[in-house]
Amino acid sequence: MTKLPDQRDESLGGYVVHGVPFPVETDPDALAFLKRMAPIQIEQPYQITYLHSYGQDSPWFAGAANKHLLATQEPDTGYTYATPRGHDMYSGRETNWIDITDRKANVHAFTVCHFGSEEFLPETPYVLALIEFEGVNTLFLTRLMGVDPQAASLDWIGMPVRPRFLRNSKLKPTDVYFVPAAG
Amino acid sequence: MRPVYAVSGGVSKFAKARPDKTFQPMVKEAYDYAIADLGLDFPTFTRLVDGSVASYFSDHFLRQLKAGAMVQDYLGLIPKPCHRVEGGGATGGLSFQEGWKSIASGHMDVCVVYGWETMSHVETWKGNEFIALASDVSWDYPVGGFYSGYYAMMVTRHMKEYGTTAEQMAHVSVKNHLNAYHNPYAQKRERYTIADVRNAPMVAWPLTRLDICVMSDGAAVTILASEDGLRKLEQAGARVPRPLVRVTGIGRGTDAMRMADRPHLDYDTFLRDYATEMERASDDTRAYYKRLWDHGTRYPGIHSFRAGRTAGNMAYKHAGIVDPIKDLSFIELHDAYTSSEIQTYEDMGLCRYGEGGPFAASGKAFMPGIDYRLKLPEKPVCPVNPSGGLIACGHPVGATGLMQGVFALWQIQSTIAKHFGDPALQVRDARKGAIHSHAGTGTFVTVSILEREA
Repeated sequence: MTKLPDQRDESLGGYVVHGVPFPVETDPDALAFLKRMAPIQIEQPYQITYLHSYGQDSPWFAGAANKHLLATQEPDTGYTYATPRGHDMYSGRETNWIDITDRKANVHAFTVCHFGSEEFLPETPYVLALIEFEGVNTLFLTRLMGVDPQAASLDWIGMPVRPRFLRNSKLKPTDVYFVPAAG
Repeated sequence: MRPVYAVSGGVSKFAKARPDKTFQPMVKEAYDYAIADLGLDFPTFTRLVDGSVASYFSDHFLRQLKAGAMVQDYLGLIPKPCHRVEGGGATGGLSFQEGWKSIASGHMDVCVVYGWETMSHVETWKGNEFIALASDVSWDYPVGGFYSGYYAMMVTRHMKEYGTTAEQMAHVSVKNHLNAYHNPYAQKRERYTIADVRNAPMVAWPLTRLDICVMSDGAAVTILASEDGLRKLEQAGARVPRPLVRVTGIGRGTDAMRMADRPHLDYDTFLRDYATEMERASDDTRAYYKRLWDHGTRYPGIHSFRAGRTAGNMAYKHAGIVDPIKDLSFIELHDAYTSSEIQTYEDMGLCRYGEGGPFAASGKAFMPGIDYRLKLPEKPVCPVNPSGGLIACGHPVGATGLMQGVFALWQIQSTIAKHFGDPALQVRDARKGAIHSHAGTGTFVTVSILEREA
């Protein structure tokens, strides 16, 4: 039998209060009493829409929207970034784009998130994974699908995986996600 | 550089929420305590202090920009110089070191470093969202940005590489929560068992709710002084206990914001650039590392904090520390996660890379004289987080690194019983201690050494 949690979730969004308790007369005793008042707390909504530019990384998102997984590469050393960087951190040189859609890929590390930031709470449980690619020097953070989040196992590390792409791009890094290669 | 002394400190009670006060008087609680502990009154200290450093992390949590200016004027410190420091979770440690620089450089004789965070103004999961904005908002945050998730990925790799277990991590939780049982400033003072930790709600596999620090409201203050500053304070009536506590070493390191971008370095590079002096000098340790690399280990990858190792090596060199576990009487380190305490044992050279899990369960990092109700095979050697650390004290980000500085000062002054009202957490003959502050997924890390003057 599954027990209910022993505490209800707290949330904002309370009452509209009219009439705040305050002494009728501001005599010295009443004024001294004010230091014993409980604090007044109000809600302050805060919402904003940013115009965020992907800048030099923009081709990656165009690639993902067209079912290509791009990476960047230092032109001389060949040092390759699975998460693209416009400039190499060792030589300082501008990198070039390469296509790694069909590279062999494996799970390097993972977790199952049973909680998350507010934005992602409705998606829990979800699996985060860092993917390593053959011939690529750095990793790529992604969602791993096609595994059972209730059966997390260290055996998932090293598992061959392959990318899949959303048909309807959202122009986010989650336009690509990974699934077991055998699946 | 001039000698820098830590002369006093104060900490507000860390709590889930402090709606009774706005942030300025909350900082003043810690500030007044530090002044009172010196035996000075407010106007006298105000006259003697040369300036300040304001330590706070997130403008989002407060929805207030320039909050440092509001504390500076509330404390009556205007028009003295001040600057705000922000460096994620390491904000407090960075601020402590900025105060150190102000004194060491001769710019100030008395500097007060004050820090705080009020994380209760948003709900927990919105707070997690704000913290996750301290990851790359193009690449990391949109995938499911959640710091507990990032640290859980690190530890699954640590477990795979080194055989670290969730039960070893749970030892850290039991230790830190039970230490905090004797610390009245701590937010969580609990007696847990390994089973309690493992049976707590899963947050990000394998980290449960008891593997992870909580969000807090709180403030902390440290007062630093030069020899001239000390003289001025004492001439005005300040009581500074002898022997003095001197800050003898500072170190900092950094790493890539996206942990995916961190390199996987070969054995020779690791040994040359990152091994501790002890590791490099030991045939046995070099052979041990060679075997790890032969089995596929690379450094730092995502299982180790290169920034932490860099900061530790730098601070140890500065303070003349060769064998940290023997040279240090205690360490207050940034245990936002039980797993990151284990990773930090390795970064700070308390054990070799890969040995953090067994080290956690060995007993070496526990306090003597406290019954943890665990079978620990070894005796305490260097207590880690005798205060209870972030996991139990709480983590009001801008205050956290300064809280460590205050607790370290009290340890070395041997005044824990006076300040805690309980002698249980006083490390006997505490001569030298380290404080360790850590940001992001290991992006900024600071290590500072405090030492009892001979």
